[in-house]
Amino acid sequence: MNAVVGAGVETGQKGPAPYVRIERLTKRFGDFVAVRQVSLEIQRGEIFCLLGGSGCGKTTLLRMLAGFETPTDGAIFIDGVDVTQVPPYERPVNMMFQSYALFPHMTVAQNVAFGLKQDGTARGEIESRVQEMLSLVQLNGYEKRKPHQLSGGQRQRVALARALVKRPKLLLLDEPLGALDKKLREHTQFELVNLQEKLGVTFVIVTHDQEEAMTLASRIGVMRAGEILQVGTPADIYEFPNSRFVADFIGSVNMVEGRLIEDEPDHVRIECAQLGAIVYVDHGVSSPPDAPVSVAIRPEKIQLSRERPEQTDNVLQGVIAGIAYLGNATRYLVRLPTGFLLRVTAPNVFRHEERLEPDERVWLHWHSSSPVVVTR
Amino acid sequence: MAALALLLTGGGDAVSVSAPAGTRLAGRFAAIRGALGRRAVIALPYAWLAVFFLVPFLIVLKIAFSNIQLSMPPVEPVMVWTADHVLQLRLHFSNFTFVFGDELYLAAFVNSLQVAGVSTLFALLIGYPMAYGIARAPGAWRNILFLLVVLPFFTSFLLRVYAWMGLLGRSGPINALLMQLGIIHEPVQLLQTDFAVYLGMVYSYLPFMVLPLYSAIEKLDLTLLEAAADLGCRPAKAFFMITLPLTKEGIFAGCLLVFIPAVGEYVIPALLGGPDTLMIGRVVWDEFFGNRDWPVASALAIVLLVILAGFVLLLQRVQAQEGEA
Amino acid sequence: MNDRRSFFVLTMLVFGFAFLYLPIIAMVIYSFNASRLVTVWDSANSPTLAWYVELFHNSQIMDAAKLSFRIASVNATGAVILGTLAAFALQRYRKFRGRAMFGLLTTAPMVLPEVITGLSLLLLFVALEQGIGWPSGRGATTITIAHMTFSMAYAIVVIQARLATVDRSLEEAAMDLGARPWKVFAVITLPLIASAIASAWVLAFILSWDDIVITSFVSGPGSTTLPQLVFSKVRLGVSPDINALATILVLIVSLAVVVAGTYMMRRDRRRMRDSQAAQGATG
Repeated sequence: MNAVVGAGVETGQKGPAPYVRIERLTKRFGDFVAVRQVSLEIQRGEIFCLLGGSGCGKTTLLRMLAGFETPTDGAIFIDGVDVTQVPPYERPVNMMFQSYALFPHMTVAQNVAFGLKQDGTARGEIESRVQEMLSLVQLNGYEKRKPHQLSGGQRQRVALARALVKRPKLLLLDEPLGALDKKLREHTQFELVNLQEKLGVTFVIVTHDQEEAMTLASRIGVMRAGEILQVGTPADIYEFPNSRFVADFIGSVNMVEGRLIEDEPDHVRIECAQLGAIVYVDHGVSSPPDAPVSVAIRPEKIQLSRERPEQTDNVLQGVIAGIAYLGNATRYLVRLPTGFLLRVTAPNVFRHEERLEPDERVWLHWHSSSPVVVTR
Repeated sequence: MAALALLLTGGGDAVSVSAPAGTRLAGRFAAIRGALGRRAVIALPYAWLAVFFLVPFLIVLKIAFSNIQLSMPPVEPVMVWTADHVLQLRLHFSNFTFVFGDELYLAAFVNSLQVAGVSTLFALLIGYPMAYGIARAPGAWRNILFLLVVLPFFTSFLLRVYAWMGLLGRSGPINALLMQLGIIHEPVQLLQTDFAVYLGMVYSYLPFMVLPLYSAIEKLDLTLLEAAADLGCRPAKAFFMITLPLTKEGIFAGCLLVFIPAVGEYVIPALLGGPDTLMIGRVVWDEFFGNRDWPVASALAIVLLVILAGFVLLLQRVQAQEGEA
Repeated sequence: MNDRRSFFVLTMLVFGFAFLYLPIIAMVIYSFNASRLVTVWDSANSPTLAWYVELFHNSQIMDAAKLSFRIASVNATGAVILGTLAAFALQRYRKFRGRAMFGLLTTAPMVLPEVITGLSLLLLFVALEQGIGWPSGRGATTITIAHMTFSMAYAIVVIQARLATVDRSLEEAAMDLGARPWKVFAVITLPLIASAIASAWVLAFILSWDDIVITSFVSGPGSTTLPQLVFSKVRLGVSPDINALATILVLIVSLAVVVAGTYMMRRDRRRMRDSQAAQGATG
């Protein structure tokens, strides 16, 4: 895992110096701590996603990066410069607002030109850069329109153009796709990534939508209650969650309580009363023996069969209790003899498949590398 | 300063690491500049209101506690430096004992509250159905009717009161109509009566009642009434169980907007009322201009203010309790 | 059941509007009456424009109208400037020392009976004149100050209500794009609340133009506003040239309200059509 949680090291010996460095950032609103001791490093050219439920502090963190909130404690460095006390209008950072915040009394062109005008950019240059930006987001010919004459997707693109035209060192995006419908959202996700690759601007995105974070991000920071729980690539976060919360928050998971009964460097065995079985995991866990742990198994990593599988470890028997046909996959609910319900997802590979029936007895099994053991 | 600001805003990779202390300083300066602007925004209107609203009020309070004297201004100073350099505070409660001792003033207060209260009630009885009708009118009509309620507010208050003088006069159209219909045989005295004052009050303040009621009724979610009907509630009952409780805020606001100015009203009783129509606004005016008794006028003003403040607080408390329940 | 109820509501609407408008209409009709006895219709010589002619030849009324107009304009401008600042402070600065007192001071002038406001301001002006020699005597200046003080409270309410609906992220976006706070206010906030400021200006103008009680307290012998003049005239009884004056004022106000009303309705409708078209275009 390449999570860089913890105080940043001043002399960056490992790799390039971080582009954005957040040091022990804290924000209190009265008694409420919105962001607690967050330290984070973001590299140049990254798309970094802050992911979390509502009220987890992700938006407050973003607003501190933009300069709208002054941190109670801690510091923010962008490209080596301490910007903690710099007001928003002097920061080399721009933001795309969740509501887009397009100025309703200005045309599309005036909106995009606004930032450059504030810098006193020459008129000719403003015009050419606005044109360039508008063609980049495919809005040529819309210069004279007012925001209320645009569709949701077009507004989103104007907001993006307006934030990017100043060539910020850092672009902050607050729920950038939140206001779009599902079809448009998928299309826009790829556009956003393309644009980022083309311009090389560092993106920090706030979202509550885990699917959005997975598709967009090069790295994700999962937040809860003002703290960052885990930082990593989408695959890291999904396959190696470091806590119950992260495992549960990202994707669907079967969470089972257990007790360590065998703890070797190369494998562990965990007794799970809920499964009525012992789970074998092919990697070590650094935890005291007999400690309560949780085992997380993704539904798509469990296989179902009518015949008894060949392997001996991680094999269970159960009865199909529910079936939901989703098209690309089928979701089963399997009742174990202990009464515990296990979620299993199986891809629909063939069109004419003999599918399992309700109340049918089935075997379940999974690979010993599939379960993730989390201790917190 | 300017150079530092340039360093910060002039984007580009040319500027990599500059002195953190310097940038911190620049930020601090910007923050101070912001605080100064902010202070000016607050200070200007604050100072204006302090000088032209708060201080005058304190002066009224001061004069209410001083004695009348024949000079300009016709009051004795409250604070006096005596010969032996002692600041002497001379507070006279005589004005208040005078005010409370005289039945005329008491009657004026009682009458003002009564006129204002009854007028408010009638304004509510006429205004609520009107507001209801406007809020439930079809789209285009709603805007037109709304404008028609606002329009009288923009035409001169004084002239609208004056209009009733013509209508209510002995030879005016109302008397003429009543005689034509054979209800009366000779003109009756309508002008310069309490009736005319009530009429003028309701007429002048009706828009103030309708507007808050309208916005309260318009906000009402119609599906609530549908739900009530669905659950077997008849329309008339639904009105009393749903509409009325949910528009209570509007009723409170409307009544306050009518009652408060009505208590201290001067123009309406002066133009439409008779010489014996005692209202406190008129009494204050007469004490001040007629008798040049500034201390008593001030004392009356203070008592009026206390009564009004009491009403507002009472209403607020009732409203707060309603909110809790 | 339903029919009976809407019949009642309809009746009350008709009655209410008749109550509001019949006196005004009567006043307009009588302004064309030739008889000096106002309410006695002189059918032989009416309708006539005689009172209008007389009105415009009455230099006293014309002077008072000019003075009132001047005071009302200056008052409205001042009240709107102070009101905008105060509304901004109340709406955007969550906490500052003395905020509660400030809130009280900004609303109290609306609740205070006019006799008290007028009385207290006169006492202040007298005390000031004795103390620092300003204002020397009372006249247009003191009237304007007094009007500003109470009409400012109304301006604050109107502007603050609009300010509350302005999406704060618009101001943040402007700041994020490099505009300093004053620039943000001038380029973003001000245009967005412009119509509220215009309404506040009109409201403050009307309040001043219409005021009689406060004016009577703080005016001097040399300065008689239009309401003061009208008041002193009508106290003695109805007068036909006042009918003519009222008719002109009603006409101006009605025209202004109708124009403003249709403009707003048109704008709303256009806006709705535009956004529907935009949504439809890209589905």
